[in-house]
Amino acid sequence: MLQIRGLTYEVEEMGEKKRILDELDLDIKDGKFTVITGPNGGGKSTLAKLVAGLIKPTSGSIILDGEDITEMSITDRARRGVSFAFQQPVKFKGLQVFDLLKLAAGKETDLKFHDACTYLSEVGLCAKDYINREVNGSLSGGELKRIEIATVLARGTKLSLFDEPEAGIDLWSFQNLTRIFENMRKNITDSSIVIISHQERILKIADEIVVIANGKIKQQGEGTDILSAITGTPDAVMPCVKLTEV
Amino acid sequence: MPELDPIQKRLIAEIADLHEVPAGAYNFRANSKLAGRNTTANIDIISKEDGTGIDVKIKPGTKNESVHIPVVISASGIKETVYNDFYIGEGSDVVIIAGCGIDNCGRQDSQHDGIHRFFVGKGAHVKYIEKHYGSGDGEGKRILNPVTEVTMEEDSSMEMEMVQIKGVDSTVRTTNATLAAGAKLLVQERLMTHGHQKAESVYKCELNGDGSSADVVSRAVARDDSYQRFDACVIGNAACHGHTECDAIIMDNGNVLAVPALQAHNVDAELFHEAAIGKIAGEQLDKLMTLGLTAEEAEEQIINGFLK
Ligand SMILES: Nc1ncnc2c1ncn2[C@@H]1O[C@H](COP(=O)(O)OP(=O)(O)OP(=O)(O)O)[C@@H](O)[C@H]1O
Ligand SMILES: [Mg+2]
Repeated sequence: MLQIRGLTYEVEEMGEKKRILDELDLDIKDGKFTVITGPNGGGKSTLAKLVAGLIKPTSGSIILDGEDITEMSITDRARRGVSFAFQQPVKFKGLQVFDLLKLAAGKETDLKFHDACTYLSEVGLCAKDYINREVNGSLSGGELKRIEIATVLARGTKLSLFDEPEAGIDLWSFQNLTRIFENMRKNITDSSIVIISHQERILKIADEIVVIANGKIKQQGEGTDILSAITGTPDAVMPCVKLTEV
Repeated sequence: MPELDPIQKRLIAEIADLHEVPAGAYNFRANSKLAGRNTTANIDIISKEDGTGIDVKIKPGTKNESVHIPVVISASGIKETVYNDFYIGEGSDVVIIAGCGIDNCGRQDSQHDGIHRFFVGKGAHVKYIEKHYGSGDGEGKRILNPVTEVTMEEDSSMEMEMVQIKGVDSTVRTTNATLAAGAKLLVQERLMTHGHQKAESVYKCELNGDGSSADVVSRAVARDDSYQRFDACVIGNAACHGHTECDAIIMDNGNVLAVPALQAHNVDAELFHEAAIGKIAGEQLDKLMTLGLTAEEAEEQIINGFLK
């Protein structure tokens, strides 16, 4: 169980404080599939980065299974079971796909070639074409995105955060992607999967949906309820004030 | 193994990945003396009359053969200059593995300056691998100043892998190449310096024939207080293609100077250079840390991958 209490994140822009997340409270329950959605710039990625430890909050706390992890390093959180698939996957010169999967699986696991292939085929990549590729700019956006997802699969931890995993993934593979999440939920007991997404098809399979806008939770509840609420409102996104004034 | 002591054997393993006598032609040099030689029907190795080095002669059309010419120094205070010439016959396809390892536990400097000249015949293909390595904790320095002169005839090609990862205190590597029509040169350099080491790489490639191309790519890491200079000059005298790239990671107080130079004497010459120097990208560290690595482990993985 992940508990977020009063989480605030502010940045300074040209001498002025800008509040990106505003005293956010949120519970992510075990064994659930939670989808976070909401308008661009609402603060979804910021929230995920705060949970993974990539950035530190201005105030508030993050509690994982009863332990306060707010001040913990990225590494310590990772070792306690937080996994994070970046919205923009990072490229590495020289590191190969197999190296990255091996690192993801951890020293204790000593990931074998065969297992690495299983993860790659899970994300729809033909293992023999990719396993020795460098994780660099020569891979396409969609390929990088799939490898990013595979690293989270290889970790197989309790809390997995995916930031727009479907972005750049073609329609045909989309089906398989939802199947991956279903499998993860089945295979890791009490695992929580959090997906940031704008896709209705992902929203449809959610147990819980959280809508974040302007750094606050706008709506939260059971998947089906929220989904019909969102799709029912025409002004899900506020139009720009200046434009309407013209 | 030829007559080598345990330190020399360890050096050979480091520089040439050799644990036993290699197949094919070889010439082992240990502490300035010949320590073993083998020739084949197609590859002859002859000591120069004045004793300053060897001539390696590869018959035209020789395919899939290799030549190992490792040099090891395990005594302190040796200073040598060696001239090795390679004559690579037309249409042959060979691998040449050179490399120098110095173990210096003494107080005097040990230095090996190898001057290698390659004459690559028409249509021949050569893969040349040169690894430098230093070990030993003596005050005496480990110094290597290799000079490589490459003359490439029409449609020949050469791939050079130059690697220096550890333990060499001071090195100035000079590589000069001239390319005739259709010749292709690919250089991949991997360099890591630490402590107070100094390493300079100077390349000059003259593209004299139409359709010739040179690609010089260096990946380097400078740690601690070390200094590196990468100086790559490509001269286009014909309708040719030249590219140089220096990609350097600096850590601690590392200091890297990249001096790319391009000169075109022909309107159809296409020459490019790229140079980037910077610390390890923060997001790379972050990503590996989200996989459970510590910052130090992440750094090591990134560097190892980068220099692979
Ligand atoms: N370091 C920063 N400095 C300035 N502004 C920032 C910083 N980090 C985030 N922001 C701003 O905070 C807001 C929230 O960003 P965030 O990336 O969390 O949005 P998001 O909900 O993930 O949007 P999207 O759906 O487009 O991915 C954006 O307006 C962004 O520009
Ligand atoms: Mg985002």
